[in-house]
Amino acid sequence: MTAAIEATGINKWFGEGEARTHAVKDVNFQASFGEMVYVVGPSGSGKTTMLSMISGILRPNSGTVRIEGTDIWSLDADALAEFRLHKIGFVFQDYHLFPRLTTAENVAIPLILQKRDWAEALAEAEKDLEVVGLKNRAHLAPVKLSGGEQQRVAIARAITSRPDIMIFDEPTASLDGDTGRSIVQFVRQNLLSDKRCIVIVTHDSRIYEFADRILKMEDGKVSGVERSELDAQ
Amino acid sequence: MLIARHLLGLHTAAMPFAIPGILKIAYKLLVNDRAKFAALLVGITFAVFLMIEMTSLFAGVLNRSSATVINIGSSIWVMDPAVQTVANTIPMPNYVLDEVRSLPGVKYAVPLYSGAALLKLHDGTYQAATIVGLDDTSLVGRPQMISGNIQDIYAENAFIAIDDSEFYKLESPHIGTEFELNDHRGKIVGIARVASSALFGIPTLYTTYYRALQYIPNTRFTISYILVEPKTPEDIAGIKRRVAADGYLALTKDEFMSKISKFYMYQTGIGTNLLLMTLISFIVGLSISGQTFYTFILENIDRFGALKAIGAKSRELVSMILFLATFVALIGYGFGVGLCALLIWLARAHLPDYAAMITFPNLGLAFVMVVIIAASSSYFGVRKVLRIEPFDIFRG
Repeated sequence: MTAAIEATGINKWFGEGEARTHAVKDVNFQASFGEMVYVVGPSGSGKTTMLSMISGILRPNSGTVRIEGTDIWSLDADALAEFRLHKIGFVFQDYHLFPRLTTAENVAIPLILQKRDWAEALAEAEKDLEVVGLKNRAHLAPVKLSGGEQQRVAIARAITSRPDIMIFDEPTASLDGDTGRSIVQFVRQNLLSDKRCIVIVTHDSRIYEFADRILKMEDGKVSGVERSELDAQ
Repeated sequence: MLIARHLLGLHTAAMPFAIPGILKIAYKLLVNDRAKFAALLVGITFAVFLMIEMTSLFAGVLNRSSATVINIGSSIWVMDPAVQTVANTIPMPNYVLDEVRSLPGVKYAVPLYSGAALLKLHDGTYQAATIVGLDDTSLVGRPQMISGNIQDIYAENAFIAIDDSEFYKLESPHIGTEFELNDHRGKIVGIARVASSALFGIPTLYTTYYRALQYIPNTRFTISYILVEPKTPEDIAGIKRRVAADGYLALTKDEFMSKISKFYMYQTGIGTNLLLMTLISFIVGLSISGQTFYTFILENIDRFGALKAIGAKSRELVSMILFLATFVALIGYGFGVGLCALLIWLARAHLPDYAAMITFPNLGLAFVMVVIIAASSSYFGVRKVLRIEPFDIFRG
């Protein structure tokens, strides 16, 4: 069976000469459909850099990244953007919602980028807001929502194009413990399916229990670890 | 800003025309940021208003400076080569008229008197006036009568008053009103209108050429201009060449107006000052709009980055910025033109001498400058947006 994500020997360094920093070192990464994979590690370990490379946002200096068998870094810029738009849903750490748009319009953005009709995209977005329990917030500006609600809006935006891969960057970083747990639990129960793969970068040990597999990054290298080992830490 | 939205029907709930969704997002980003939108509109509106106002003033001044040429309407004007404006006449001897009449290609040639005189009005006050003396035989260049009959110009002491913005300075005369001119009695026998008021803020009276010579003290030579009608347009070049050979200058109506315009543009401070004011208006508009637009882009840069990460293509982001710049520029341009037209209308209603005049070249120049403002503002925004890496969004 084709892996959802398969990265082989990816390297990334920044800067030149003495200022050169090798952020990701010869990393191999694989994730399957129906799997929720965490990438954990201290700040500066390279996990966000790796996440960016496997999601088609940051070009690796070497190595290949295949998503559903497609070598994404062999695509040209437009094709790669199109690929991300249809295949990958992003939930950013700071949500990056548009304060001047309504909640529903924020959620509809991927559909609008797919050139869907405005009204149709908004109708779809409202359905997705219902999925995350925010249907009654559809016409509010994001600034009027709580942190947890904004996170849910960001999740609704990520799922609205029905992506096969979902990428979460520190989804609980701005939330209190209970809200963070409930969000990830919701993701696990409602969004994970055998046709979807979810990758989460996090520091938050309180949500480890929801992962199928946890990878630890340290100094640009990745290693598989047992949850119990992390819990003990 | 609310006026803009409602005038254009661009309320966020319903757009009157179908535009791509990505541009609709851009529109909402800007319009819902009311402070920025208002600042951009004010900047461009103000710049357009000032640019059009300045150039309109200049156009008005130039138009009025050629008022006599426009009003008389002759095809060819023969004059002394040293003449710079229609008001600064250098009298020519009578033989020049005879010589011009004898040139091949000349259908007819008549003298014109144009000079200034001091009138003593009925209430005893003095008022300067321009006196135009039309050829007694043909009355070439006669004005359009509003009341009275043009033949009455041949009556004793007859003058026709021009009902322009300076008319009231003659105590708004009517037929029969009398005045004194150089110890001669003058009598209004008709009221007429002309296409353009004169520049210098004094009223105009028409009479016959020979009465003008009798009533106004003169120099040795008396003909201000010779008005020439060619037999065919092809004869104009030959007439000009032969007149030049005699040491005089023959200009078509357009050439004479252009000569007068160039004098005011380049040999007086008016052109330079108005050009400077126009440039300053442009720079002010560019500064306000450019800075505000760039700040708007900077404030939304992470959102543009998020769009890029989600899957927006660079050209889509560029189209958003260009759309916003164009949208604001067009609305600001419309408001600026409207505001300028309104103020000129108000000024004319209260100040009859106000010379501003909006012309198509003025509108075109302001439009070009607005396009430059929009292009410069969006250039820096586009550069910034193209440089943003979605990876920066992940890194926060």
